[in-house]
Amino acid sequence: MAKRSIVPFGPQHPVLPEPVHLDLVLEDETVVGAVPSIGYIHRGLEKLVEKRDFKQYVYIAERVCGICSCGHGLGYCESVEQVMGIEVPDRAKFLRVIWMEMSRVHSHLLWLGLLADAMGFESLFMESWRLREKILDMFDETTGGRIIHSVNCVGGVQKDMDSTMLNGILEAVKDLEKEMRPVADTFLEDYTVQSRLKGVGVLSRERAIELGAVGPMLRASGEEYDARLLGYAAYPNLTVEPVTSKDGDSYARCEVRIKELFQSFDLIREAIGKIPEGDISVPVKGNPSGEFFMRIEQPRGEAVYYVKGSGKKFLERFRLRTPTTSNIPPMVETLKGCQLADVPLLILTIDPCVSCTER
Amino acid sequence: MNKVSKSPWLLHYDASSCNGCDIEVLDCLTPKYDIERFGIINTGDPFQADILLITGGVNSQTESVVKQIYSQMPEPKVVVAVGICACTGGVFKECYNIRGGIDTVIPVDVYVPGCAARPESIIDGVVKALEILDEKQAEHKKNGGGAHGISK
Repeated sequence: MAKRSIVPFGPQHPVLPEPVHLDLVLEDETVVGAVPSIGYIHRGLEKLVEKRDFKQYVYIAERVCGICSCGHGLGYCESVEQVMGIEVPDRAKFLRVIWMEMSRVHSHLLWLGLLADAMGFESLFMESWRLREKILDMFDETTGGRIIHSVNCVGGVQKDMDSTMLNGILEAVKDLEKEMRPVADTFLEDYTVQSRLKGVGVLSRERAIELGAVGPMLRASGEEYDARLLGYAAYPNLTVEPVTSKDGDSYARCEVRIKELFQSFDLIREAIGKIPEGDISVPVKGNPSGEFFMRIEQPRGEAVYYVKGSGKKFLERFRLRTPTTSNIPPMVETLKGCQLADVPLLILTIDPCVSCTER
Repeated sequence: MNKVSKSPWLLHYDASSCNGCDIEVLDCLTPKYDIERFGIINTGDPFQADILLITGGVNSQTESVVKQIYSQMPEPKVVVAVGICACTGGVFKECYNIRGGIDTVIPVDVYVPGCAARPESIIDGVVKALEILDEKQAEHKKNGGGAHGISK
């Protein structure tokens, strides 16, 4: 048997913008085990719910993570609204979907860029991030912020979009879709990319379900599950089909995310076509009393929100389980048996969001 | 500033931010903002970095990592705190695991506010850091350090 050695990976590592630490157990070049240790970005945001009133806490919930900030705001607001029995106006529901899908596009483009960077494909990284700027510009125009938007509030949304903005989004989506095709072809058909991704880090459907994988990680293994089908916001009025792939390897995960990009373009167009006129928020009276458990589909997978209030201005408990938390055990599984050189790539294929995970 | 006197290399570390400022730091490298045109390169290696960009407040676990990275960088070095959390702790200031801004652990030269800091202001902060780097370089030379020497 080859001699075993342990190689530390992280916390400061060029491939990830965020700190995460792994101890890799190696036999020669092959990884036989991986021990993740997290906690570098733990801030204690859930506890802060006792110091901020439930309307202010939306701003904290959005700052759980800068990439999925729109989704966290949405998840928190929806769960508080369920506790208080607030019916949100239809226009607000559609606006939420439009912003949520735009944030999915920006998140997936960001991930594609980081994947290309991890493979050393620098020009593809630059191209993906160049395309992402178009979506950020639209965020800037419609919400006033590039990364943190603060559009969701308890009872609806804070900002309305007029027809110029909606047409601007349609234009941007049209441009983006046209420019995305060649990039998608490079990711899916380029020989170099395929040789790095195909057959690397295979996760079978059974193991994916057993280990509790969520989001694109689960769908790449062939399981049709998408939390958008649960019907929050305006999703019941739109056509959502889970995008799946069979192989369960890194290539399948990349394929699922690229197809979801095009699905999001369609959803944005459909939502803009169907958006009704009307109010964007309802006044909120009283304080939340009771508890609710809410699931939404973030770009990285299913996120779970739990809120508990006892009729006071401050909530008693807010709990958040993020998609990356559930995807860490499947990641450790895919790392076993891989080559050391593939480790950064495999960590990236779960689309880790460490800030979300550690809160 | 009239000219850039050298090609400074950046090191980026996320002390405990929400990711927002980190992706904006990366954004500065990509075609729209492209700070590489000033000869600025993002490196992953503290031993070759001149400017340290730090995002987020400091918590108990990252404290030692921040100190270690800072000590590994060669003299002269400049620290830029990016985002309001890195400056003061920001919205997370009252969290039980946050100690406050980066300046509670290592000396900071430039503060870039914003939540999330926009790429324009990050670039502005880096350009200010370049001036400070020049001053530190001159002082370092005067004190007998080599032009590019690493302090032992």
